[in-house]
Amino acid sequence: MKTKYMNPYLAGVLLGLVLLSAFYFTGRGLGASGAVKSMVVTAVETVAPEHTADSGFYSKYAGDGKNPMKSWLVFEVLGVLVGGFLSGALAGRLKLKVEHHPNITSKKRLILAGIGGILFGYGSQLGRGCTSGSALTGMAVLSLAGFVTMMAIFGTAFALAYFFRRNWI
Amino acid sequence: MGPLIPQEIIAEGWNFFIAFVVGVGFGFVLEQAGFSSSRKLAGVFYGYDTVVLKVFFTAAVTGMLGLLYFSLFDWIDLNLVWVNPTFLWSAIIGGIIMGAGFIIGGYCPGTSVCALSIGKIDAMVFFGGIFIGIFLFGEFYEIIKPLYMAEYLGNIKLSDVLGVSQGTLAFFVILVALGMFYVAEIAEKKFPRKEY
Repeated sequence: MKTKYMNPYLAGVLLGLVLLSAFYFTGRGLGASGAVKSMVVTAVETVAPEHTADSGFYSKYAGDGKNPMKSWLVFEVLGVLVGGFLSGALAGRLKLKVEHHPNITSKKRLILAGIGGILFGYGSQLGRGCTSGSALTGMAVLSLAGFVTMMAIFGTAFALAYFFRRNWI
Repeated sequence: MGPLIPQEIIAEGWNFFIAFVVGVGFGFVLEQAGFSSSRKLAGVFYGYDTVVLKVFFTAAVTGMLGLLYFSLFDWIDLNLVWVNPTFLWSAIIGGIIMGAGFIIGGYCPGTSVCALSIGKIDAMVFFGGIFIGIFLFGEFYEIIKPLYMAEYLGNIKLSDVLGVSQGTLAFFVILVALGMFYVAEIAEKKFPRKEY
């Protein structure tokens, strides 16, 4: 198969080196959902500061002069945005579009994307990290949680694939 | 000797700059590998495109081996490398909910940021969904808290659970990864699709 993308094994080694550099500099790996958590906490803090103070969840990240946006993951995810854009620009892939299988409409794709995002966001908090923060980074440090979360994510997606096949194949 | 910032070998002030640079590398590699396409990502669950499996496990093995060798050469102190704690039930159930989100939405949080950076509108909606999902977790935190905190096992490593050395575990992870790559290559030949 001719491909316009990088060889996946090479990309994997490069991603592994990015992960290793994060460990080498900071002692922690990569992440993504944590940056969105910072955004959520900031939004709630702005709208209803007394509510964040009362909440057992938000109060861990806001109040007492804490600024949730001044976090490592927020800056890292800003970098992801720039890095993805640069790669897309170099490869000629910058295009505003809804990508979906011809079986389904753009509208249905967007609804499914929204539902998937809500589930992933909720699960990322319950699971203390997403594919990058818990599964990938956790596996690299041999954390039990990393392996468990990785198997739960991929196992569930495989198990449910049959029911959602019309959306993808 | 690393990690540099926790040991104050380089100043704390560099932290966010390094975060940004690491993020640029992260996003660039994800996009180059094709993780900006939900149809490519979902391919792994139907066998027609297994890029997710190949990139994910190659990266995990590279990071894992890198850490072990860096430690062997005294380039990094593994005691200062964060091991995420295991709360067994929330890790399993959180993972199940994320798996459902993956097959329904076609992205995970990191890949959605990468995809929206090149203009995928579905990724922007997915990202908005993540925001709502985390907000719901925060609003109903007290209800889920017993499950969230249940079965705490500490910052434990799989090698400790199995009673083997870290090197032995790493060796078996590599064998499993190679086995999966072999299956993945066969699957892509069996279920050929045009590339997205």
